[in-house]
Amino acid sequence: MSPSDSFDDLRDLYQEVILDHGRKPRHAIRLEEFDATAKGDNPMCGDRVQVWVKFADDGIGRVGFEARGCAISVASADLMAETVQGRTKTDTRALFAAFRDMARTGTCQACDPSLAEPIERLAPLSGVHEYPSRVKCATLPWHALIAALDGAKEASSE
Amino acid sequence: MNVMTNLVAFDVTRIRDDFPILKQTIRGKPLVFLDSAASAQKPRVVIDAMVQAMETQYANVHRGLYWMSERTTEAYEAARDATAALMNANNRSEIVFTGNSTGAINLLAHSYGRGVLRPGQAVVISGMEHHSNIVPWQMLRDAHGIELRVAPVTDAGELDMDAFAALLEDGKVGLVAITHMSNVLGTITPAERIVKIAHAHGAKVMFDGSQAIVHRKIDVQALDCDFYVWTGHKLYGPTGIGVMWGRKELLERMPPFMGGGDMISSVSYEKSTWAAVPHKFEAGTPAILEGIGLKAAIDYVQTIGYGAMAAHEASLTEHALARLAGVDGVRVLGQAQDRGGVISFTLDKAHSHDVATLLDRQGIAVRAGHHCAEPLMRRFDLDSTARASFGVYTTHAEIDALVDGLVRVREFFQ
Ligand SMILES: Cc1ncc(COP(=O)(O)O)c(C=O)c1O
Repeated sequence: MSPSDSFDDLRDLYQEVILDHGRKPRHAIRLEEFDATAKGDNPMCGDRVQVWVKFADDGIGRVGFEARGCAISVASADLMAETVQGRTKTDTRALFAAFRDMARTGTCQACDPSLAEPIERLAPLSGVHEYPSRVKCATLPWHALIAALDGAKEASSE
Repeated sequence: MNVMTNLVAFDVTRIRDDFPILKQTIRGKPLVFLDSAASAQKPRVVIDAMVQAMETQYANVHRGLYWMSERTTEAYEAARDATAALMNANNRSEIVFTGNSTGAINLLAHSYGRGVLRPGQAVVISGMEHHSNIVPWQMLRDAHGIELRVAPVTDAGELDMDAFAALLEDGKVGLVAITHMSNVLGTITPAERIVKIAHAHGAKVMFDGSQAIVHRKIDVQALDCDFYVWTGHKLYGPTGIGVMWGRKELLERMPPFMGGGDMISSVSYEKSTWAAVPHKFEAGTPAILEGIGLKAAIDYVQTIGYGAMAAHEASLTEHALARLAGVDGVRVLGQAQDRGGVISFTLDKAHSHDVATLLDRQGIAVRAGHHCAEPLMRRFDLDSTARASFGVYTTHAEIDALVDGLVRVREFFQ
């Protein structure tokens, strides 16, 4: 293929942000010190993720993860880790609900205006709604994170 | 007339005209369908046979003493004759219809596994089975005290025949249940040798022919096996119908699996007696329309001929392996000597799910994942692969499109 190949047809789901975070995740580390950890497993496709959470004050201080899976799941885990840092647990749960809505439908219909900024950051993942079998790739790290917040070891599958 | 059609060279353009779906475009691009091993597309004759049955003569089969039921019974039972002829079964009553391969293997695991095998005996499977030829035997093991042994796969993706033979040495093996062609590696297993070794040690043999039936002429008498199962939807037929062929004397020794209508001779509250084979194993209203569709599919395949199909497929496979070898970062799983048109591969820069999705953006349909063969994936230290598989309608140009698509995906991830 020539260098002029624009890749436009590939780009709508795999935006540069996803490729970038999928290739070079910033938070793909097992935290040495953590307060909670949980695993998520997608038996349909073999994707696996574990997240570690360190709390700070009344919220999330830091999130690290290890993921074995596609670019979407790694990018989603990385964007999640970045976005939830410094948020309260309640806030994080609300953000998850909004993100899941966006992953399933492409938009966040009933989004609370207070979530507009973080949802905007996660928006590059909204393209998965076109691929119902891949929505789980994007939401799996979140399930693991919520499980960790709940004190569970494993994310229950949907 | 048949001689004449067989003399005509394999004309893939004409064959493609038989499959209405191939005129579809996906995202504005012509459909490149490379997932026939999961389920094949249907030719017009299959679609028409089912529609025509529904429009002109549909009624329940067996026991209906009126014109439409008689015609439908004839049409449905003709599927049994066509299936027996396709596999060169000795007798049409050796053909048992099930829902699919999975249904056939579960039937066998129950009726032969619990009814004939004795606790302490063993069943041998291989390391390249589909889950549907693993799990029923595990359930049998746990319920009935049968040992489950697994014959290993070599690095080339072939059955390790020495290790296989060693598993039978102690004479405890009652049944060998092995794939005739891997749905992941494309490997065709040495069926005749498997049967010889198994029989020499007193074991019966079942082949999972779900993939092989699409690529090879199956002659159960020449193979000398004891059971052979396959599934209609991969042979260009409808979903919902599968086949279990078994030697009559074995079928007669086996108790029924499911009880109900159609499988009995007489019923009273004290005692019921069973119908003769194959009906003993076919409880309930059968897949009537699917049987009629299957007959049309078998006729279609027979008209093209296995010789022509196998030659076309061998040419596609050779072309695909040569072209894929030229793409940086592509690794093909398995290098079996004897193989069919199913090719699993990985790409170094991208996960197989990303590969499949990005190929789909280009109108190319492949499968990605563990292909219902997790133990085999683990054997090769993988979670998943992408898989391209071919049918009668696949063209060399479609393989070129796949290769171009993969080159783009790799560049995209660079
Ligand atoms: C080798 C093999 N065995 C068994 C099956 C199961 O077929 P079915 O799902 O029609 O029962 C398949 C198809 O997926 C297969 O490829």
